[in-house]
Amino acid sequence: MCGTCGCGQSDDQITIRKPGEEVHHEHNHDYNHEHEHEHDDDKHSHHHHHHYKHDHDHTEMNHSHDHDKEHHDHKHNHDHDHHHEHDHSHEHDHSHSHEVKVEQDIMQKNDKLAERNRGYFEAKEIFSLNLVSSPGSGKTSLLEHTIKELKEEMKFFVIEGDQQTMNDANRINATGAPVVQINTWNGCHLDAEMINKAVKKLEVAEKSVLIIENVGNLVCPSLFDLGESKRVVVISVTEGDDKPIKYPNMFMSSNLCIINKTDLLPYVDFNVEKAKEYATRVNHHLEFIELSVKTGEGMDKWYEWLRKNK
Amino acid sequence: MHELSVAQNIIEIVTDFAKKNHAKRVMEVVLDIGAVSGVIPDNLEFAWEVSAKNTIAENALIKINYIEAKAVCLDCKKEFNLDDIYSICEYCLSTRYDIIQGKELKVKSIIIE
Ligand SMILES: Nc1nc2c(ncn2[C@@H]2O[C@H](COP(=O)(O)OP(=O)(O)O)[C@@H](O)[C@H]2O)c(=O)[nH]1
Ligand SMILES: [Mg+2]
Ligand SMILES: [Zn+2]
Repeated sequence: MCGTCGCGQSDDQITIRKPGEEVHHEHNHDYNHEHEHEHDDDKHSHHHHHHYKHDHDHTEMNHSHDHDKEHHDHKHNHDHDHHHEHDHSHEHDHSHSHEVKVEQDIMQKNDKLAERNRGYFEAKEIFSLNLVSSPGSGKTSLLEHTIKELKEEMKFFVIEGDQQTMNDANRINATGAPVVQINTWNGCHLDAEMINKAVKKLEVAEKSVLIIENVGNLVCPSLFDLGESKRVVVISVTEGDDKPIKYPNMFMSSNLCIINKTDLLPYVDFNVEKAKEYATRVNHHLEFIELSVKTGEGMDKWYEWLRKNK
Repeated sequence: MHELSVAQNIIEIVTDFAKKNHAKRVMEVVLDIGAVSGVIPDNLEFAWEVSAKNTIAENALIKINYIEAKAVCLDCKKEFNLDDIYSICEYCLSTRYDIIQGKELKVKSIIIE
């Protein structure tokens, strides 16, 4: 349902808006909402990737490209043979069927767009961060404080990702930093194409810091490179210290792990050393910063990290 | 469930190749899915059923080559199989290693007619 007016906007459209833009909204969305949600339980029967008007760049569909040199000879075949009901498949003459080599990376479309974003960021000297976490770990709070503290020193731009609300964009807007909100509706992650569009809308300046707050989810965003310079995973001590091994891909693909809400350590069972050990097993390059956005403890280490990496 | 996006990407790739080869339909799709790719084969198969409806690949048989993960230990330099993404070197118990196999997410081939 539409988060702004509750009119039942189709959930499979991505919306990218600046704070305040919702007032134009009325019942005249830019997007049509002619179809109802087919929304039984968890089955997202639509998917937003349908709805972009891509220019498919098919030049890469040349069979000879993209052969990953890696290790395919060593693989084990436990073919998950999946027997769909082929009612009609055997009536046909199979002699016409033949194999076509494909050898394409499944994520290549996103990865290529991400590389394009990355090139753009590098050319404009934009330092970009992709902030990922479970819902409520403190990403928006961290951003609010960081912008307030460092805004004389760095020019911040923010892209907020959320399934339906404008709340986070409104919070960032209050700090004075330019922000756009991407609403993914049924989508559980941001992708490179959304970032591409959001960056244009945001008109990100040269030599600035672009912070992307991803949709609160530790699974799906891990697969989608946005073209960011660094990926930062935030966990808070109110979560389990085994998060890193429950969601290994997120920790595997991140550069920095922020352990937030350390002010609550006396009241919870979270073992910081254990969490770090688990995370290091998944990714031995991972850096750690423990902090409390609330009390400010440890925030200086985060600011130092930003200055150093920017 | 990100497997829906993954299935969607597979359909796009498969449809593209099928059309270029003037296929009437796709009978089989062969995938490489690495053990530490972040994609769970069962979820992908479910997502495939949802996504392939009304496409040229509807009813296609999905074959997944599940590729186990391997790592090289940074301390003893030996190669070992990773049972879990967070396991340790079986020779020297080090936790520092680089994954050299198991992140694959690839459409290998299709059978069309
Ligand atoms: N005690 C404590 N609460 C925090 C801290 N940082 C954030 N919070 C609270 O955690 C909740 C979720 O924060 P938010 O920034 O919205 O999380 P997000 O979903 O990751 O963006 C809010 O109620 C914050 O006030 C912290 O360091 N300590
Ligand atoms: Mg937030
Ligand atoms: Zn070793």
